[in-house]
Amino acid sequence: MITDTGIVVAFYVIGITTVASALMVAAVRDLIHAVLFLVLSFVGVAGIYVVLSADFVAVAQILIYAGAISVLLVFAVMLTPAGDRRNSETAFRAPAAVLAGLVLAVTVFVIYDTNWRIASHGQFGATAASLGRAFFKPYIVPFEVASVLLVAAMVGAIALTQEEGEDGAA
Amino acid sequence: MPPDLLLAAIRLEHVLVLGALLFSIGILIALSKRNAVGVLMGVELMLNAVNVTLIAFARFVVSPRPLDGQVFAIFVITVAAAEAAVALALAVAVYRHRETVNIDEIDLLRW
Repeated sequence: MITDTGIVVAFYVIGITTVASALMVAAVRDLIHAVLFLVLSFVGVAGIYVVLSADFVAVAQILIYAGAISVLLVFAVMLTPAGDRRNSETAFRAPAAVLAGLVLAVTVFVIYDTNWRIASHGQFGATAASLGRAFFKPYIVPFEVASVLLVAAMVGAIALTQEEGEDGAA
Repeated sequence: MPPDLLLAAIRLEHVLVLGALLFSIGILIALSKRNAVGVLMGVELMLNAVNVTLIAFARFVVSPRPLDGQVFAIFVITVAAAEAAVALALAVAVYRHRETVNIDEIDLLRW
């Protein structure tokens, strides 16, 4: 439980901004505007991380989500010029809304029904050094697997987008 | 704590509800958008919601190694980056062959 007034106000302001911009992603009619609202939502999530004293994760969130992934999304919209830029919905809109509401209701019920074992430790200090030690001691194998995954994804993305007949490819 | 102070503190439940809200909005977007890039935006939002939940558990819940939640969040961000790169390359490749990224018209595997 965090009772520091400034942090509490920051949490509610950032949280409402994040959820509102996520809703705008679903509501706006232009796909580029949807990407921009998604970036605002990502930045808001980074602010939530700062409130929860996860400073390194917040920086990674800004760099990777608000930086790299949003640029990728804008590129994908730009590279598909004849695509439907209007951000319209399929016939699944009503069932999807029902399902999302059900998921939300069940999750909120479980959240308030569960007896969480709340820790007594306060906020963390700077987490970067501890995270680095965690990555190179207990999580060294997942860390290496993640690097292999990133290389595989990069090679796969290049192979998928290569023009046919280019450099002897397919 | 008295209920009139409900908004005067951040409790674990508040952060989890924020994560649940983001997750259900992500479901709504991923299931209802017509453009493949829009679907991917919903998936990214859902991954973000899960990360918020992991960070909240790391901050609030009893654990022998409290930072493990943040380590998990970093791994989720890594996998999300890889997934976004491959998915957007797929969208561009499909567009090159079919001149569309409308998921209603990408039905080559439908039986």
